Amino acid sequence: MVFFLVKRVLMIFPMLLGITVITFIVIHLAPGTPADAITELNPRASAQARENLKRIYGLDKPLHVQYIHWVCRLAVMDLGSSFTDGRKVLDKIEERLPITILINALSLFLIIIIAAPIGIISATRQYSLFDKVTTVFVFLGFAMPTFWLALLLIILFGVQLHWLPISGLQSMHAEGLSFWQLFRDRSMHLILPIFVSSFTGLAAYSRYMRSSMLEVIRQDYIRTARAKGLPESSVIYKHALRNAMMSTITIIGLAIPGLIGGSAIFEQIFAIPGMGKLFLDATWARDYPVVMGILVIGAFLTLVGNFIADIAYALVDPRIRVEDIG
Amino acid sequence: MKSNQSYAKIVMRRFRKNKLAMAGSIIILSLFCLAMFSPFISRYDPSRIDVGQILIPPNAEHWMGTDESGRDVMSRMIYGARISLQVGFVAVGITTLIGIFFGAIAGYYGGMIDALIMRFVDIMLCFPTFFLILAVIAVLEPSLRNIMIVIGVTSWMGVARLVRAEFLSLKEQEFVQAARAFGASDFRIIFRHLLPNAMAPVLISATFGIAGAILTESALSFFGLGVQPPTPSWGNILSSGYKYIDFAHWLSIFPGMAILITALGYNLLGEGLRDALDPRLKGS
Repeated sequence: MVFFLVKRVLMIFPMLLGITVITFIVIHLAPGTPADAITELNPRASAQARENLKRIYGLDKPLHVQYIHWVCRLAVMDLGSSFTDGRKVLDKIEERLPITILINALSLFLIIIIAAPIGIISATRQYSLFDKVTTVFVFLGFAMPTFWLALLLIILFGVQLHWLPISGLQSMHAEGLSFWQLFRDRSMHLILPIFVSSFTGLAAYSRYMRSSMLEVIRQDYIRTARAKGLPESSVIYKHALRNAMMSTITIIGLAIPGLIGGSAIFEQIFAIPGMGKLFLDATWARDYPVVMGILVIGAFLTLVGNFIADIAYALVDPRIRVEDIG
Repeated sequence: MKSNQSYAKIVMRRFRKNKLAMAGSIIILSLFCLAMFSPFISRYDPSRIDVGQILIPPNAEHWMGTDESGRDVMSRMIYGARISLQVGFVAVGITTLIGIFFGAIAGYYGGMIDALIMRFVDIMLCFPTFFLILAVIAVLEPSLRNIMIVIGVTSWMGVARLVRAEFLSLKEQEFVQAARAFGASDFRIIFRHLLPNAMAPVLISATFGIAGAILTESALSFFGLGVQPPTPSWGNILSSGYKYIDFAHWLSIFPGMAILITALGYNLLGEGLRDALDPRLKGS
């Protein structure tokens, strides 16, 4: 286990390096230099301003020097400042990150809580009505354009029924509310975004859970458990479930980039001031320092998520856990 | 499995028996027809502006109503089918080529090369895909051509892993050793002997990939970062229609339905292909 942990931690560093290289390459795909693009947006920028920009971002130096320069600043968490308002990129991301992480964590939690039982029940009652209904739901989940789902929900719950607020994080009059009222207000605002952000994941994870469970149920040790007369519930929930859960833990890790990437879509539509919306705004404005910063941080979050998933996997899988005891 | 032809026949028979797969095929075939014969099927010119006919609800003349410039939504939807077909095939074509290239090299040569390529795949997988796509679009101009390339270049990792896994198990088999004993070159072994045997999972994943590419394109176009108006794509019809959602819901409903049904069609087709090509995986 210790060996596994050390190996896993050491692997993070080359990955980080790779992430920075790819981010750097992406930004330098631009025809011309980033300075051209900024001044293009603002034709009044003088030759002097261009020169200044070039100097600040080191754009007059060769590419590898620029890269090393950028990585060194990255190492001390200096992501530069935004082209649009001159504020520090790190500050901008820091104030937007908590809400994005909150929504993604809640979505992930919701996905596991709801999809795991759905998958298990569909697998243990394969071809039942329940299984068929969830299969239809799964197909819809995979094919649903989430931004459209968000629009439909806004029409239904916001515009037609007036049940739920459709934009922002809190109501206009939120200032004077007590703690619980504010909590309720916030929760109401989060229902639709969280539902939209977990929709595809729900479909995917319940499907994985189902197939993983179906595979486990066919194994010999399950037949053995049944043969020795264990009650069916014990066979399913003790012997089968643990094994089925294991392979799906890594799937959760793999789902994280999808979730984070998706936050751009629902944050924009529900006007939530999170990292996704910041990224989309930066894309429109061609605000390269912000784009680069979020790309690196988004990839870093995924790396952390995968790391946690791997550790969790090692903890549940006795083949890795007990390795260096035996 | 006596010969190639009888295998193909078996697959076809399995596929035809699968009702959902047939439904998917019918959806996709109808889309092909719409895209190919757009000028003959649509009743109006999709870019004809008619200021006297702005935001008219669906009626006998305009089955899907008109948009904010008085253009016929149905005609625009029919032309939009061309975009979604094009995006699906070109993007997934790029994905598949890159994926096969890296997967084949990694799986066939193994060792250092394999380790390097797979770490590269791991690193690529760290990026939230939609963020990576947005970043490239921020750098390049948003256009149909660029988003097809971007989607293709950012989503090949799954294919590479699939091909590598297939190659790892295939290359140990006798027919590969036989080919090598006959003096076949690496190139010949990879493309004539290994790849054809690894194509089934690639084909299946490509079919699902088309659905994914179409969904991504529509989201990008919806945010104005994909296909640029006046070229009609389902995503950008939705994008302009969204502003009138309070009173002109048809502008938001129909394009979304089209995207959903198309993606559903490809997914059903993919599922059917998987059941037909590899019955072991049935129902999983």
